[in-house]
Amino acid sequence: MSEVIVITSGKGGVGKTTSAANIGTGLALSGHKTVLIDTDIGLRNLDVVMGLENRIVYDLVDVVEGNCRVKQALIKDKRYDGLYLIPAAQTRDKSAVKPSQMIQLCDELREEFDYILIDCPAGIEQGFKNAIAGADRAIVITTPEVSAVRDADRIIGLLEANEVRNPKLLVNRLRADMVRRGDMMSIDDIIDILAIGLIGVVPDDEKIVVSTNRGEPAICDNKSLAGQAFRNVVRRIKGEEVPFMSLTEDQGFMPKLKKLLGLKAN
Amino acid sequence: MLLDLGRLFGRTKRSKDVAKERLKLVLIHDRANVSPQFLEMLKSEIIKVITNYMDVDESALDIQLTKTKSDDGQSVVPALYANIPIRNIRNSGK
Repeated sequence: MSEVIVITSGKGGVGKTTSAANIGTGLALSGHKTVLIDTDIGLRNLDVVMGLENRIVYDLVDVVEGNCRVKQALIKDKRYDGLYLIPAAQTRDKSAVKPSQMIQLCDELREEFDYILIDCPAGIEQGFKNAIAGADRAIVITTPEVSAVRDADRIIGLLEANEVRNPKLLVNRLRADMVRRGDMMSIDDIIDILAIGLIGVVPDDEKIVVSTNRGEPAICDNKSLAGQAFRNVVRRIKGEEVPFMSLTEDQGFMPKLKKLLGLKAN
Repeated sequence: MLLDLGRLFGRTKRSKDVAKERLKLVLIHDRANVSPQFLEMLKSEIIKVITNYMDVDESALDIQLTKTKSDDGQSVVPALYANIPIRNIRNSGK
């Protein structure tokens, strides 16, 4: 019943943590008990992105080392019912956790939660191995840039080699205007290269910066285009068929006018 | 505007097409996990086998990983390209 989903990318800075925070919040908002695990030991950030940095007592390393019970390390997000976070340790490194311990932790959390979302660190070393160890499925994040797509390809290969089957792609920070000009790879271009299924397309959106500043996930912002895209991702994770937002459609006079008047429902 | 004119006459490629092309090539190497040593090893093994049957010009041997259209023409697939000039074919295998 419950599912362990790892959010990974290979390259850093493409939006793993932001995506994890938004998708996790979205799952909780739609009534699923969800826990987010930050596995980026030494460089934890999911706590600040979620706005929970002041509530940390115990962390992931405390749990696996037995310094506390799992329940004690779960930070309950008071704003969203059914949303919890296990933060990473900040003063240790990736070697403080072993893949077998992650599998054990995930299995323990399965009894309590509908969704266990793992925020993977950048890279393909120990931290990555820990993050994917207990995962049933994976969401690979990329941006429409050569470096991010190349790393995503590597990650997809490694996921398959580690028997995390059928990973899905989330293309983040797409700029429709640049795609239209032919100065950014389109979704079709990226899918053509990576040859995996798509689970989401998130447009580049200033509101992400604003919401991260405040520690409030953009998925709660009804006016944010990125928030809408993440809401769609959440529905697709739950198995719903949701059409992809048309971000690259030709913006003629009428759509522009409608947008100006706020009539365009994205 | 100049750039657009260039595009119109097919002189300047759109940067996304350049990106896609470069990515496709680099990924073939990434996916095949090809290092220069790997190619060297492959090369020497191929020479070893072929010289059992024919006399080849080792200095002019050209082996590389490239890409080619798949059989159905739908996608681009990696291919091992080998150009091996033959000097003489031995008769011993008859």
